[in-house]
Amino acid sequence: MTALLTLDGLGVRLDGHESRSLVESLTLSLEPGERLGVIGESGSGKSLTALAILGLLGHPLRATGSAVLATPSGPVDTVTSSQRRLDAVRGPVVSAVFQEPLASLDPLMRIGKQLAWPLRTHAGLRGEALERGILDALAAVQLPHPERIARSYIHEISGGQRQRVAIALALAAGPQLLIADEPTTALDVTVQAGVLDFLRREVAERGMSLIFISHDLPVVADITDRILVMRDGQQIELAPTPQLLTAPAAEYSRTLVAASRALDDFLPASTGSGRGDAA
Amino acid sequence: MTEALLEARDASFRYRNGPAVLDGVNLSIAPGESVGLVGESGAGKTSLLRLLLGLAAPTGGSILFRGAALDTRDRRLLREYRRTVQPVFQDPFSSLDPRVTVGDSIAEPLRSLGVQPTRAARAARVAELLAAVDLPADAATRYPEAFSGGQRQRIAIARALAPDPALLLADEPVSALDTSVRMLVIDLVRDIARERGIGLLLVSHDLTVVSALCERTTVLEGGRIVEEGPTQRVLAEPQHPYTQRLLSAVPRLPRA
Repeated sequence: MTALLTLDGLGVRLDGHESRSLVESLTLSLEPGERLGVIGESGSGKSLTALAILGLLGHPLRATGSAVLATPSGPVDTVTSSQRRLDAVRGPVVSAVFQEPLASLDPLMRIGKQLAWPLRTHAGLRGEALERGILDALAAVQLPHPERIARSYIHEISGGQRQRVAIALALAAGPQLLIADEPTTALDVTVQAGVLDFLRREVAERGMSLIFISHDLPVVADITDRILVMRDGQQIELAPTPQLLTAPAAEYSRTLVAASRALDDFLPASTGSGRGDAA
Repeated sequence: MTEALLEARDASFRYRNGPAVLDGVNLSIAPGESVGLVGESGAGKTSLLRLLLGLAAPTGGSILFRGAALDTRDRRLLREYRRTVQPVFQDPFSSLDPRVTVGDSIAEPLRSLGVQPTRAARAARVAELLAAVDLPADAATRYPEAFSGGQRQRIAIARALAPDPALLLADEPVSALDTSVRMLVIDLVRDIARERGIGLLLVSHDLTVVSALCERTTVLEGGRIVEEGPTQRVLAEPQHPYTQRLLSAVPRLPRA
């Protein structure tokens, strides 16, 4: 099976007179349908890694090494590809959801119109089919009354609904890989549970790959098969999720798991989502 | 029964022409007691905290400080109140003035409340407070930018402790911190509260933190208290459907 994404020595550098390396030589591959978690604390380079894979770093940040996506028209290295090539890849091959939906949605454009763009550009929908596509996309993320939401502006809907719209937008072009960077961190815990359930189902149904970035180990453990632990821009450990939770190899991973476990132990054993008991 | 140190009695709050943000809330904190106030965005946690801090006046009911109505126009009462009740906020990046040294930030309540009038006495107190929150003494001469998020929250806690308060009102004090640091700050708050007999009102959306730090828990939904009781009981046998929903949504680690 060919990997969907192959990172070979992927790094991020800060150029200029304070030139230094922010992320160093990440090497891993992601299979189609695989769900990878990236965990680390603030400043560990998680989000920079996501931006590097998406080819979204701008001056003075620069990606090094390679991040190769397998696309229907051949491999695309997002580190070296032209803007035109990247435009063709972002959407149908890789797409992203960020922590703050307000930052990825246009406050001045009705939600339906924002969704129309990827559907027209990448799925080639026009006219009535486009209208139907917009409503389907909103219904797919389980937003109530898709017709009303399509006519709304983002200030007219709740935070949880906004994040669902951002996910609908990310999924509109039918990507093979979704990168979710702290997608539930700004949400209330009950809303988070809904968004995680939804993401899990959507990834499974579409056979998509997922890179889920978070500082919150229980959340990452809940939705991924493998976890990459990062610290200070370094790859500390890459292990299957159950193995990382029960037998973390690196000392830093052990600290992280122990701290999460200690917090978790404050709650009675019987409560909570308690998923993955089999692990 | 001991007199409550701080109490919301049938307190309501609404903005002009708006719906009720708080509706008949009763909450009391006895000296040395730790109470958790949980609920999601829009539940009214921050509004209640604003009333308890005297930053807004209730539109119905009252806020009582040692049994007397907290009248924010009574400057003598307010001075006594500020010495007794101190806030700790969520974001240690915005709660500390970047242009003021850590030592001056911590000493500020001592000066403004007239607790330690002399410079030498204040410096001694600052050194003692830095030690209490496990920071080196030379931190006093540095600026906030030299410190990490966890260290800044320790500084904010040291400043809150400066006038020797009887109660801390903490709004999401560890939510902005990384997991490993969060645990350390929780331990610090717990030890300090215990050693000094300081009461704690902890406002949080995070049941884990409340469980770690509070004897009693109050659950707020839509501006009303829907459940209240000993924390272990509320978490182990939640009675109200909202508390049950809140608990079941908490992501848990699989048992090892």
